[in-house]
Amino acid sequence: MQIPRQHMAEQEPSERIRNFNEVPFGYTPEQAKKEAERCLQCKNAPCRDGCPVEVDIPAFIELIKKGDFSGAARKLKETNSLPAICGRVCPQEDQCEKVCVLGKKGEPVAIGTLERFAADWELKHHPGSPSPSSSRGARVAVIGAGPAGLTCAADLARMGYRVTIFEALHQPGGVLTYGIPEFRLPKEIVKREVENVRKMGVELKEDQVVGCTISPEELFRDGFRAIFIGTGAGLPRFMKIPGENLNGVYSANEYLTRVNLMKAYLFPQYDTPVIRGKKVFVIGGGNVAMDSARTALRLGAKEVRIIYRRTRKEAPARREEIHHAEEEGVVFKFLTLPVRYRGDEKGWITGMECLKMKLGEPDESGRRRPIPIEGSEFSIECDLVVVAIGNDPNPLLPRAVPGLKMGRKGTIEIDPATGQTSMKGIFAGGDIATGAATVIEAMGAGKAAARGINIYLKLSG
Amino acid sequence: MYRITESRRLTPEAVLLKIEAPRIARKRKAGQFVIIRVDETGERFPLTIVDSDPSTGTITLVVQEVGTSTKKLGRRRTGESILDLTGPLGHPTGVKKWGRVACVAGGIGVAEVLPVIKAIRGAGNIALAIIGARTQDLIILEDEMREAASELYITTDDGSYGRRGLVTDVLCDLINNGSIPDRVFAIGPVPMMRAVTALTRPYNIPTIVSLNALMVDGTGMCGCCRVSVGGETKFTCVDGPDFDAHQVDFEELVQRQKIYLPQEKESLQRYEGF
Repeated sequence: MQIPRQHMAEQEPSERIRNFNEVPFGYTPEQAKKEAERCLQCKNAPCRDGCPVEVDIPAFIELIKKGDFSGAARKLKETNSLPAICGRVCPQEDQCEKVCVLGKKGEPVAIGTLERFAADWELKHHPGSPSPSSSRGARVAVIGAGPAGLTCAADLARMGYRVTIFEALHQPGGVLTYGIPEFRLPKEIVKREVENVRKMGVELKEDQVVGCTISPEELFRDGFRAIFIGTGAGLPRFMKIPGENLNGVYSANEYLTRVNLMKAYLFPQYDTPVIRGKKVFVIGGGNVAMDSARTALRLGAKEVRIIYRRTRKEAPARREEIHHAEEEGVVFKFLTLPVRYRGDEKGWITGMECLKMKLGEPDESGRRRPIPIEGSEFSIECDLVVVAIGNDPNPLLPRAVPGLKMGRKGTIEIDPATGQTSMKGIFAGGDIATGAATVIEAMGAGKAAARGINIYLKLSG
Repeated sequence: MYRITESRRLTPEAVLLKIEAPRIARKRKAGQFVIIRVDETGERFPLTIVDSDPSTGTITLVVQEVGTSTKKLGRRRTGESILDLTGPLGHPTGVKKWGRVACVAGGIGVAEVLPVIKAIRGAGNIALAIIGARTQDLIILEDEMREAASELYITTDDGSYGRRGLVTDVLCDLINNGSIPDRVFAIGPVPMMRAVTALTRPYNIPTIVSLNALMVDGTGMCGCCRVSVGGETKFTCVDGPDFDAHQVDFEELVQRQKIYLPQEKESLQRYEGF
């Protein structure tokens, strides 16, 4: 008899919208072994090719099946330095699980959930397992302690290099810390995964805005032989429509940073405040929009709507995230475009004017282009808006390195195979090079750059 | 952790701090700021760098104690530390040789205008400093000002020291007497900067303001500090903090500074209650 795909137990929607605790509980050991048994152990393992960080998926699943959970975690860590994070936030349905042979006729193996299980097991039972390296290798500076930087640093440390990460914020993790909410990625998990990178001998310096506090030139002068730039997509986009600077209009970055990094959900125990709207609109159709909407519910909103100009089909958010949001009571208003915000005499948002849209021919992204329907204006009331329409690359570092060749949209141009930029010894990867993408793609770029840096340093003696 | 090497009370409301931050001390230029987080539960907030001493590796800040965060910082004693300090952030103040430059400042802005005056004089300008406060006890850094500026004018609202009136009265007199400055810098409370801007506008005197918008990260990441300048949205942290005063939407700035008034009050009551 075929074993069905195992599902994690979750907090009930009515319960979880009143707390910031993680929604799914993860597999029990029995469930994990059962799910691992479903894996066909394909010889050609298409799932491996679907993984940007090249995890040996059949091998770690086989170890779970045998009950060697620590072994499975070690197998994961051979190529993936942040497995407890990937197990939670990777879009497996578009990567490893998409090409799983089982998925052709039924449901694919729950590779992500198994990864999460093994990684959590190891964090819980052997938190100190990685050994510090007493390396004498060349020094490499990594700028930004987000997914790209952490991966690049860990891979370089594994190759024997002495790595220092420079982080602009007061805490490492990048988007894992300031962006993704506690209920989807507990900060304790991020902290422990970062701690493991530290234990590999990587030095981490917070409060260092490279380009302001220290320049890349100075880093070379201080003895760093190569630099990896992984500063991310940290400049929120706005729609440039009237009323966008009214009080009560947030960028998703600000809203989530206040809540996640600064812990505004614990105000006044923590000093950073956040506006708790009653009727909240979130603009956008990606994961960040879902995170913002679900955060608003947890901050006590009575009504949360997601306003998206295309339809459910084109929304870039993971199905799972849309599903979670809907379960929690978030209402979706598709084919809707905000054109103007309205405010009161004190400068606070009171509502917005929208246009109805219809879908036309596909655009360059392959998705059908939304077209405004003439005369379809309508007005809705709200007291908080979160704009989650994406980010542009952060300008601070490129500004400080005028020689760096930039792309049209403010991204740093690289050779994707090696991460090499237009300047000698400087590599880049992740959102700063590609524009906003996923955690795992940034990690893949960090990995590629670590190899690129290794070859560069070997060749330059 | 960043150690405080000196904490000195300037007035009942303002404290001068010297903090160890060698890299920032070496790099900072006039007009730049740092982001501070005093303790584990603290906010991130910006403060203009007043001065620095690269030889001792310290920077000088002046904080006006108004809310929880600024009081937390103001109460740190010599030898104690703060948790986080990041910078120098923002574009430095652009300085050229213009001729006669009036630097108008009120309240805590007096500390913030000091490095600008030094830079302006360093570029060969005559710097007229016009500083004001509500009353004599609240005038800060008078000696430093006297040393840095070519001429110093002091006003108090109550006439307890210097001239009775507002800083704009002095600027108005200069203009009326025909000694129109070639450029004006205004740093301080928004109503003061706004009044200076209104005064210089009819004479087309180029006027620069240093904006004190609310911030979180201070590196362009969140957009909390956005301000309308010439009809375009700018981020004070990465596009400023200096802007052409005649292009700034002060009305919006005033409103945006009030976003968290109720929460700030709640937080302060809680902090003072313990």
